[in-house]
Amino acid sequence: MNTQTTNHVFLAILRRDLMIGLRQRSELVNPLVFFFIIVTLFALALGPYEETLRQSAPAVIWVAALLASTLSLDTMFHSDLDDGCLEQFLLSHHSLTIIVMAKITAHWLLTSAPLIVAALFLGLMVYLPQTAMLPLLATLLLGTPVLSLVGAVLVALTVGLRGSGVLLTLLILPLYIPVLIFSVATVDNAAKGLAITGELYFLGAILVLAATLAPLATTSSLRIRLG
Amino acid sequence: MFEYFYKYGSPRHFYDLSKLFVPWLGGICVILFIAGLTGGLVLAPPDYQQGESFRIIYVHVPSAWMSLFIYMVMAAAGATGLIWKVKVADALARASAPLGASFTFLALVTGSLWGKPMWGTWWVWDARLTSELILLFLYLGYIALQTAIDDRRTAARAGAILALVGVINIPIIHYSVEWWHTLHQGPTITKLDAPSIHISMLVPLLIMALAFMFYYAAVVLLRARYEILENERNSAWVCELIEQRKG
Repeated sequence: MNTQTTNHVFLAILRRDLMIGLRQRSELVNPLVFFFIIVTLFALALGPYEETLRQSAPAVIWVAALLASTLSLDTMFHSDLDDGCLEQFLLSHHSLTIIVMAKITAHWLLTSAPLIVAALFLGLMVYLPQTAMLPLLATLLLGTPVLSLVGAVLVALTVGLRGSGVLLTLLILPLYIPVLIFSVATVDNAAKGLAITGELYFLGAILVLAATLAPLATTSSLRIRLG
Repeated sequence: MFEYFYKYGSPRHFYDLSKLFVPWLGGICVILFIAGLTGGLVLAPPDYQQGESFRIIYVHVPSAWMSLFIYMVMAAAGATGLIWKVKVADALARASAPLGASFTFLALVTGSLWGKPMWGTWWVWDARLTSELILLFLYLGYIALQTAIDDRRTAARAGAILALVGVINIPIIHYSVEWWHTLHQGPTITKLDAPSIHISMLVPLLIMALAFMFYYAAVVLLRARYEILENERNSAWVCELIEQRKG
């Protein structure tokens, strides 16, 4: 298979998924609303004190982002399984890995990209210092693709199972821990005016590892589940 | 070599062969347990700082070792099942999960029991305790996935993928948690294994570790036998076996 066909397949699936996603607005908006609600709950639980909120801001935003991204993961292969597209992908003579990569990219663009924009507003609401805004953006840009990539493997493993929502959450949240730790540390350090390059390198390394291995693992998971 | 491997790796041969191994492994395990417990609880002197309560390490440390070791076994068995389609490996992986979870739980409980008199609190967000807790979550996730998938063949292969993803993640999680711990807390006295441990304390510990290993080997074989009976319940040799039992 030459590069041109590969690119073509990738773009075709990407365009298709984006189009379907953009037409189902509620699925786009729901994780975002969920994100806002969690941060609001934290603010209500912690109290309206600026100092407390400022201190917990990185943790609050990142935990909310993790939960919102987990919530939206479930939809990644669901409709394709229901209408039989997934079987067609498996039977297709194009590389399933390329298709999976396109689907993950589309999913990230549809669910995580809006979240990143929203996180900036939420940062203001929980009094995150101005100096930490850009680092927050950087951690979200490096971290959320990892969530989508690692998530894809587990979504593929649980797709079509009864009660897959809770099961997926159970399986996936422990695997998100490194991303959470490094991201919160980055934003925390930035808020305190400390160096953050080390943590960002770690996040970048995790992203590279996930981007290399996760599509392959997702492919074999799909083959096993629908084999 | 592969022919040999397949012959003795077939569920039926494994079923017959493991029957011979289990009593021996179990017997050695009992002897080691008696030796290790006498050595650890009676013969070893009390610690000069921790007194008698240090003796919990004879359960705690081997459980912690086993918890990690069993996850590695599970992933290796899963990979073997996935790549070479060895059914026995699938059964071993599935049989290992509850054992690994139990050892992890035991390590956490004994750590907590030891922590109360030593640290004055049941739980400390210590790097190792936290890693162990996350390991427990990974085990529980694996078991949950196994029970959620009805088809046992698919369950085994899906579990293998999950175990492999977990194995790649365990070092990352471990080091990130360690790193997180050094960031958030000042140095606490969290070192359980003193850098130099006296030989009279070390020998029982190693014997106990061996005893735990034999216990695992015996029980995992026993559990794998039942797994195999259930997986192969429609095959001729299992039906024959049932007929024989009915007599």
